[in-house]
Amino acid sequence: MPANRFNGFTDLGIGVGLRVPHYRHILSEKPCLGWFEIISENYMVDGGRPLEVLEEILDSYTVVQHGVSLYFGSTDPIDREQLRKLKKLAKKTKTPFLSDHLCWGSVDGKFTHDLLPIPYTVEAVKNTASRIKAVQDYLEIPVCVENVSSYAEFHASEMTEWQFLSEVAEQADCGILLDVNNIYVSAWNHGFNPYEYLNNVPLERVAQIHVAGHSAFDKYVLDTHTGPVIDEVWQIYTEAIRLGGFTNTLLEWDADIPSFDIVRDEALKAQRFVEEVKHGHYKSAIA
Amino acid sequence: MVITNRPLPKESKRAQGDLTGIQALMAASIMRPLTDGDSMQEFFSDGRPMQEVAAEFIKPNRFLSSLERLELYNRQYWFRLLDAFYEDFPGLMAFLGDAKCEALATAYLTRYPSTSFTLRDLGRKLEKFVLEEPEWVAPDQKLALDMVRIEWAEVVAFDGPSKPALEAQSLVGIDPVHLKLELQPYITLLELDYALDDFLLKLNKKSDKTVESNAVIEIKRKKGRRSRPKKQRTYIAVHRLENIVYYKRLTCDQFVLLKALTKGKTLAEACTQAFELQSGVDAGELSANLTSDFSTWMELGWFCEGA
Repeated sequence: MPANRFNGFTDLGIGVGLRVPHYRHILSEKPCLGWFEIISENYMVDGGRPLEVLEEILDSYTVVQHGVSLYFGSTDPIDREQLRKLKKLAKKTKTPFLSDHLCWGSVDGKFTHDLLPIPYTVEAVKNTASRIKAVQDYLEIPVCVENVSSYAEFHASEMTEWQFLSEVAEQADCGILLDVNNIYVSAWNHGFNPYEYLNNVPLERVAQIHVAGHSAFDKYVLDTHTGPVIDEVWQIYTEAIRLGGFTNTLLEWDADIPSFDIVRDEALKAQRFVEEVKHGHYKSAIA
Repeated sequence: MVITNRPLPKESKRAQGDLTGIQALMAASIMRPLTDGDSMQEFFSDGRPMQEVAAEFIKPNRFLSSLERLELYNRQYWFRLLDAFYEDFPGLMAFLGDAKCEALATAYLTRYPSTSFTLRDLGRKLEKFVLEEPEWVAPDQKLALDMVRIEWAEVVAFDGPSKPALEAQSLVGIDPVHLKLELQPYITLLELDYALDDFLLKLNKKSDKTVESNAVIEIKRKKGRRSRPKKQRTYIAVHRLENIVYYKRLTCDQFVLLKALTKGKTLAEACTQAFELQSGVDAGELSANLTSDFSTWMELGWFCEGA
């Protein structure tokens, strides 16, 4: 799982998602941090302030691109203009690899702007893998697919989510961005064991891990990326690195965003779990 | 048991197995507007109960029915889009009020769903929609159109393309009769019936837009007080300087001149059109004003190299 061909053989350490409220602080204080992840779509523009900020960030930090609109699971034709813009941005950022989600989001050219769950079928594996391959071929950099939080399951599904993710990654020969918060959220919503998930995905393909907060309600959990990461999610994280080794780790915080220092401190908590695993102090959650 | 011969809709038939069918049915379901209480509509577009449609392709779980699970996505779709809409059109919201603005946004996005991978383009067809369906902004269609135009111009000025600015030196010796000047693509020239620059500045808008993320959105309905812009014929260039968006007031003749240039007129033709508006003004004064205006515009980098 550490530096591998799916993350461009990088060992970036711990990073945070670059967010607008932190621009000023980051640009003026240049805080110490391994790397930033950007949402590609926010910088796939023709000019103006977003690109100016990005240029300045690139002067001091490594940036990895993470997207929200490739919709690997959609059946619409891939938008060539979108890919052209993405490739142009990737050349600017020199991102060592790039990720997007295991989801769909558009139909007949209409975009939902959401990460919608895919029915886990053989047909969907084939469709999704072929799209990832096409994107990877065009971009000429490693592409990773991220498991999403989901709130619905389909009658049509023929396999579990981890089987689907594994099949897609193998068939597309791509990396995995393992979001351990999303595993927690989906496990809660669908009643599966998160550790069974971890034990059944090809961890050697994991290029990066996401951690984040979420919002728990009486009957469901939503992936809101708000608040600190809860202990149960850190536990899944720790198990993931115990099984697969430490890899690039990133905290996402998108709602009620606190100061940069709070976000960075939350991300750096990961170091504690890395140390526990390294020194054998961690007791596996799997009996 | 009642057996009906009612045919299933196309999406419904396809949803039985194939991926495209399931996606089409799910998209059609979640893109339907929410009820006033932010719930899913009771019936689908074909008249069947939504509960029946949801159960057809979504599994229930221990806590939620198929419909409730689908409803989470229905809400999420609208919360995300409305959030982005309000972000781009705060002025529209301020004078229409929350309820009317939500009704307009919902009607607009139902008729013109997003066809772009980026939410940045969400408001692109709003002007067209307001012209087509003015009832959503009645009795203030003119004001609403002005507001949509200036707020969309801001989107363009924020991250639109730029071209290398012309240097004054490069224009030396060119006969105005033949000189054509192009305005930066991020600049929009507007002739408005309301002083919307003053109005929007008072709204104290942020210089950085909120951006896309993959997180679930929780809608925050603001209880803003409605306010109304002052009626006043206004000429404005929405532009950017050092990547900050600005409104620059123009006089009528400045507006006419710049507008003529954007239509491909030569500098001489554009000046003639502008001077016609100032028939009583002394030629020396006209010339001095023109020199001063061009000097400012060149300094702002408004003119660029043509295609």
